[in-house]
Amino acid sequence: MKTTIYTPDSSLRDLSQIPGKIVSDIKAARELAWQLALRDIRAQYRQTLLGFLWAVFPALANTAIWLFIQSAGIVSVQDTALPYAVYVFSGTILWSAFSDAVNAPIEKTVAAKPMLAKINFPHEAIIISGIYQTAFNTVIKAAILIVAAVLLGITPDWSIVFLPLALLSLIFAGTTIGLALTPVGLLYTDISKALPLVMQFFMYLTPVVFTIPADGLAKIVFLANPVTPLITVARDVLTGYPPELLGLFFSVNLYMLLVIGVMWVVYRAAMPILIERMSA
Amino acid sequence: MSDTLIKVENVSKKFCRTLKRSLWYGVRDLTAELTRQRNAENRELRSGEFWAVRDISFEVKRGQCLGLIGPNGSGKTTLLRMLNGLIKPDTGRITMRGRVGALIALGAGFNPILTGRENVYIAGAVLGLSTEEIDKKYAEIVEFSELAEFMETPVQNYSSGMQVRLGFAVAAQMEPDILLLDEILAVGDARFMVKCINVIRRMQRSGVAIIIVSHNMTNILRFCDIGIYVKNGALMKSGPILDVSSMYMQDIEVTVAGHEQNVHDGSGLVMGPASFLDSMGNSVDRVLPDQPVRIDVPYRLDADMQEIQVTIGIGINDYDGVYYQSMLEPGLFQGGRKGESGVLSIAIDELLAASGSLIVGVSVWSHPEGELLAWSRDNEIKVQQVSRNNGRVELKPQWKIDHGKQEEVHGHVS
Repeated sequence: MKTTIYTPDSSLRDLSQIPGKIVSDIKAARELAWQLALRDIRAQYRQTLLGFLWAVFPALANTAIWLFIQSAGIVSVQDTALPYAVYVFSGTILWSAFSDAVNAPIEKTVAAKPMLAKINFPHEAIIISGIYQTAFNTVIKAAILIVAAVLLGITPDWSIVFLPLALLSLIFAGTTIGLALTPVGLLYTDISKALPLVMQFFMYLTPVVFTIPADGLAKIVFLANPVTPLITVARDVLTGYPPELLGLFFSVNLYMLLVIGVMWVVYRAAMPILIERMSA
Repeated sequence: MSDTLIKVENVSKKFCRTLKRSLWYGVRDLTAELTRQRNAENRELRSGEFWAVRDISFEVKRGQCLGLIGPNGSGKTTLLRMLNGLIKPDTGRITMRGRVGALIALGAGFNPILTGRENVYIAGAVLGLSTEEIDKKYAEIVEFSELAEFMETPVQNYSSGMQVRLGFAVAAQMEPDILLLDEILAVGDARFMVKCINVIRRMQRSGVAIIIVSHNMTNILRFCDIGIYVKNGALMKSGPILDVSSMYMQDIEVTVAGHEQNVHDGSGLVMGPASFLDSMGNSVDRVLPDQPVRIDVPYRLDADMQEIQVTIGIGINDYDGVYYQSMLEPGLFQGGRKGESGVLSIAIDELLAASGSLIVGVSVWSHPEGELLAWSRDNEIKVQQVSRNNGRVELKPQWKIDHGKQEEVHGHVS
């Protein structure tokens, strides 16, 4: 018979047991994560007429705005190898996969507060369901993106088979950052209030609507930005260009893998303390 | 020990009164947890904190049902949340053997825009049921909830009672070793309540250890064999449920603040606080439901009064607002001179009331005008519980069975 003991001691006291617990809890969480993702995916557009088209409208709007800004000469963006429309549209869509993934952990955990406060369930399910939902939305966006790219005269080559991997990397990196923000973000809402502002700024330091500057401080900032290689590689495999920054792409992924491992442990240990503060 | 499924040893929990401080302590606890500094040495209260639960110990064995009772804010729910593993204790140790099922937030995880059917799967997954298990039990769930024709309707169009019914129908599929219940039986209509009671009974029979939190003493006495009474976080009493519940009932002190106890209309009659006497004429503050009791109310005349017809009103009600008695027969009050005094006595052969505390008001009304002359309000008398019957009255019925006697049985099977 399974015996559970609750004491005030830190749950991280015996680190050797943690990997095993994580694996068994993730197993236990899979079913729930799937159901929660299904719930959120079904619910997100059910009360709309246009349904899944809403997944791409923001990206279309952003593209339209930047095409206008560019053509009107308000801001002049360096020449891109791709048609600028494809550059901006793909950039915006790829960025949205990343930024959805950043937002998901806090958003989903906050939304689950009533459940967290009253029911004991594997908390990992919340994060995993967020990943599922972001992945689902990203697949829809990517499908529309490919169609749009073809219509605009881009012919993807065989390297497009790596697109899923590139998209996963974006989601994975976003989840890692979002997960790191979640514990404090659940205590202080400053985090969720600041996040949209920071993300907006962050986007302009990533090759989404601008290209990587040729030199100067801006170039260093762009290259130091971990999302830069992820977006660049994803765009390159989509459009059939030889992928740049491939080395950076792999080191960012490796680094995120280490960080998410740590953040996963932190999230698990933090939840009971956060639940204590979130409800009465 | 092998039979003990729940073991709680010296468990405490502190809470903080103000939000800003509470959040800051949250950050500090978080740091301590992550740097592995957090342990049971942490018995000091920080500024602004109080003990929501203090040094509570008890055990529940297989098949036992424990009633957790106490006034609002006494720490019952906090204790239950620790048992459920939602929050960590600040001191002590909790051992739970077996799977824990909690009937606490029915329909948690429901999304209002999704249909009943979709939500059954979500609620089931939240409770740890797999999709396959729910597929198998789906028909049973729908039948139990009696919502077959609404399964394709969004849950936002359900009444709150229907939502709870659906939530309970899913939760009833759990097969736990330990069941935690928090004020659950107050929901749904009578028909549904029967079902809920039977589900809990069935689990009880199969050896599940149960903890019930409820303010409803009828339910507590219906299910529980043992109980603990907590007040301000501390354990006041534990033991057989009757002992615990009667101490709790006697302890509920509700003082009605903000108005004068004795009021009058200025026509001269002024009444004092009532006293209660037993059959020997001794003043008592506690009576038995099957014993005679006399209520004496002293009065004084602040003005000369003529002989008049009066009606005596006696209002006996309990803290739930149930009324036991009101007007008595009209009679004659002989009146008298200013400064004279006397006693109005009301004799009751058997009180019959079985509530824990009664509030007795005695009033004098002019007859037939029906104007209130004087009123002695809010006199409290406690009633000792004598049996497991926790009804409002002790009717002392007799029963027998005439086996074989033919009479049609009307009844609703649910």
